[in-house]
Amino acid sequence: MDKFLIFTVVGLTLSAVYAIVASGLVLTYATTGIFNFAHGAIGMFVAFSYWQFRFAWGMPTPVALVLALGVLAPAIGLLIDRVIMRGLRGTSEATRLVVSISLLVGLIAVANIVWEPGNSRPFRTFFEGKRIDVFVTTITYHQGITILVAVIVAAGLRWLLHGTRIGVSMRANVDDGTLTLLNGARPNRIAGLSWAVGGFLAGVGGVLIAPTLSLEAGSLSLLIINAYAAAIFGRLRSIPLTFVGAIVIGLTEGYLAGYLPGDNRYLAAFRPAAAVIILFVALLLVPNPRLRDRTHIREYFPAPTHSGMAMMAGAVVVVAVVMVTTLDTVSLISYGPVFSLGIVALSLVPLVGFAGQISLAQLSFGAVGAIAVAHHGVGGSPLGLVLAVVFAALVGIVVALPVMRLSGIYLALATAAFAVALDRWMFNLPDFDIGPVHISIFEVGSVSVDPVRLFGRDFDTPGSLMMLSAVAFALVALLVAALRWSRFGRQLVAMRDSEAACATFGLNLLWPRIGVFAFSAGIAGLGGALYAMQLGSVAPARFGLLNGLPIFIVVVVGGAGLVGSGLFAGSMLFGVLPFTSGWGPVFAKINSMFSGLAGIGLGRHPSGAVPVFSRAVSPLRNDPVVLAAMAVSMAAIYALRIAGLYSNWPFAVLLAAAGALAYLAAVRRSRATTAEEDSGADNEHGERAPVELEWVGITEPWTPAQLARIEQALDLDSIKAEFVKADLDA
Amino acid sequence: MLEARDVSVQFGGHQALSRVSIAAPAGQITGLIGPNGAGKTTLFNAISGLVTPTSGTITIDGRDVTGTSLHKRARCGLARTFQQLELFTMLTVRENIRVAADIRSRWARDHTDVGALTEAVIDRVGLREVADERTTSIPTGQGRLVELGRALACKPRVLLLDEPASGQDDRETERFGRLLVEIADEGTAVLLVEHDMSLVMDVCHCVHVLDLGQIIAVGTPSEIQANTVVLDAYLGTDARSAS
Repeated sequence: MDKFLIFTVVGLTLSAVYAIVASGLVLTYATTGIFNFAHGAIGMFVAFSYWQFRFAWGMPTPVALVLALGVLAPAIGLLIDRVIMRGLRGTSEATRLVVSISLLVGLIAVANIVWEPGNSRPFRTFFEGKRIDVFVTTITYHQGITILVAVIVAAGLRWLLHGTRIGVSMRANVDDGTLTLLNGARPNRIAGLSWAVGGFLAGVGGVLIAPTLSLEAGSLSLLIINAYAAAIFGRLRSIPLTFVGAIVIGLTEGYLAGYLPGDNRYLAAFRPAAAVIILFVALLLVPNPRLRDRTHIREYFPAPTHSGMAMMAGAVVVVAVVMVTTLDTVSLISYGPVFSLGIVALSLVPLVGFAGQISLAQLSFGAVGAIAVAHHGVGGSPLGLVLAVVFAALVGIVVALPVMRLSGIYLALATAAFAVALDRWMFNLPDFDIGPVHISIFEVGSVSVDPVRLFGRDFDTPGSLMMLSAVAFALVALLVAALRWSRFGRQLVAMRDSEAACATFGLNLLWPRIGVFAFSAGIAGLGGALYAMQLGSVAPARFGLLNGLPIFIVVVVGGAGLVGSGLFAGSMLFGVLPFTSGWGPVFAKINSMFSGLAGIGLGRHPSGAVPVFSRAVSPLRNDPVVLAAMAVSMAAIYALRIAGLYSNWPFAVLLAAAGALAYLAAVRRSRATTAEEDSGADNEHGERAPVELEWVGITEPWTPAQLARIEQALDLDSIKAEFVKADLDA
Repeated sequence: MLEARDVSVQFGGHQALSRVSIAAPAGQITGLIGPNGAGKTTLFNAISGLVTPTSGTITIDGRDVTGTSLHKRARCGLARTFQQLELFTMLTVRENIRVAADIRSRWARDHTDVGALTEAVIDRVGLREVADERTTSIPTGQGRLVELGRALACKPRVLLLDEPASGQDDRETERFGRLLVEIADEGTAVLLVEHDMSLVMDVCHCVHVLDLGQIIAVGTPSEIQANTVVLDAYLGTDARSAS
């Protein structure tokens, strides 16, 4: 009985924290429509700041509390609303999601820069060591305070939403935003207040839970996934139901801590994943959402062209050949993931870009591929790579089946929950048997991966593995492009715009949704398998949710519907950033914030960065003469490098110079041709090209022929024209 | 033919439709008119499966489809257009129609030339000139034709058209009216929601008038134009003095 009460108190304390955090999340989501993935990260950041005030600088507790919770936390909320979220009105749900995920990644990066990870940061609980006896059990002051604060928050939110004027308009905003606006509510004030209160509640939760855990940016931010589960209980709308959810989850965790046999290796790993599993189950109970009808999507991704794809595939292989022949082994190992994890990035293109679905678990599918190749690619058997694709696709289907009817944030949450469940639980399981099938995962640690043997050749050096990955990347890129050109691809793109319309043609949406999920998971599995071969030995830590988020962000930033964005993400995250980070710690710090900052900037360019690059280089791409000259000179520079005339630095500078010169030449030539076209306005028949209609009568004489053009363009009745003509004649 | 019997739809405390019955026989154009907010689109949504009615039954060619999903109703021969255009913005006009034709060829197991069907539909609705344009760059009137084209590419037996002529000019509307008559003459049941009264009165065999979620009158166009209840609720006294 004592034990039961002790763990009830432990559970209720957790419940209290989850309830506080989740109610803040629900408040901002319900009033502004933005699901804040960074909610936990705000709590993390405030907790770190509080530690800084209280323990590093030694301020008295009340002062530190006021600074952290009274000033900093609401200020962060307000700042996010003002600077980032206000620009997102009218963007698609996916864009808003990426922005808040980027904020999560960015806040973790900033926290890791300010508070270097690895240092020990002792964080004492409130009134450490003091406790009171209640009935037969004891409660620490900290536990008591936590529960008390949750009760106060519940009462405070009730008063805010039901007892104040602005609270009433917040609730009205949830029901019908437009109507509230028409009735004179000020949406900016409502949004600002709910972000400030949301930030405050996240901060309170962070400060209360941090002392009982270690102060670590990533895990503290993700702890909030547990709170998300509580929010899902309230269907992201109801605060009372959110509190109920928090109590269920907190108590479950408390009792698991108390009663789960600690010596069972299968179950020991289960406890930290329990909340995530509850989240997954709660998502299954969410009622069927209405079919997506046409939302105002600002993004537009044209289908890839055949010549463009051929060029890209060729360029990937050529670049890989150059890298393999010029770089040393260490560099080849460090830039290895450009193409292998680039394939994981590419896997997001059909799913997010074509079909408009969201998966935050792509790298977890990569992990499935890695596990498959570790166990089935022994001795270099190519079967390992095949099974990597098959197993990842199968796991993709298993994940997709229960949650496919959901979309948007629910799908994002479900895949995130899946990634965390794998990370915290499944990947830590020892081998087990299901009937005759022996399942082996990471064998509680790491597994070694043999290099594959293909076409009678062992791919056992970093160089050959990079070549293999590059060729695989090029082939997968072509496959993804072929999908977009196919009937199935057209259908996916159509579903992205209007699921309702597709259904009215007789399409059962379930199959294409699952199909594209499996396709994309399979590709991710291949990428993960190649990555695992490059590493030689893999551990689950490489495949955590937080490792995968930057890939997701940068693909969307690149332009999720463009095959080129897979290349963009791979080369940016695993090529350019590691390269520039080598210049010094300052660069490394800036780079760690790259994906966060890039994602936050997405709101301004929803179609992504790749079209901007693509437009910039179009003079060069469309000028075969200059292009050929550039290719020849680069080949010559490369030949001299291979001949050993100079080292890599001059080589790189010469290549860059050749590229820059070619670009400038192409731009000049294209300017010259456009100028020529402009001066030769007369067309082949010797007639002047017709002027725009609005200039008729200003730069052009007013003739009956021009009148007829206007009439035709405006579709006036002929009677009207007669009338004007008579006027003209007179 | 399409038959909806005693269909009621409730949104929260709001009774959007109460016991609405309507039939659209094959080979005829049935009109559905009424003021804004009368429940016309809601009735379409209930018939096509986007909204679940609280009571009532919907049958297509005698088959009860109440409670089945959208795609199953489509496979029974039901097609519709949307008042708020639901075009695929990443695709061209041709591809928009092609998607519908592709989907139909799959479930109908009809692998006759889908490309040829697409081109025939493009010509039929008169979109040849803009076939390679993206749907964001064509005017609303033509966007409605794309929706009609997509519906026709499904070779429907029952066609629901939600304000298909809005955004079209007089000449286009006239062409459109002729096209509707042609479609009906081929044996399709057409249910037409439209605010353009001259179109409705010209082409419909029978007109139903919906107001505040209830059918207030049914009759031939001339009967409806003479019905005082309808004149008060919808058409207005101008129409009365004009007739």
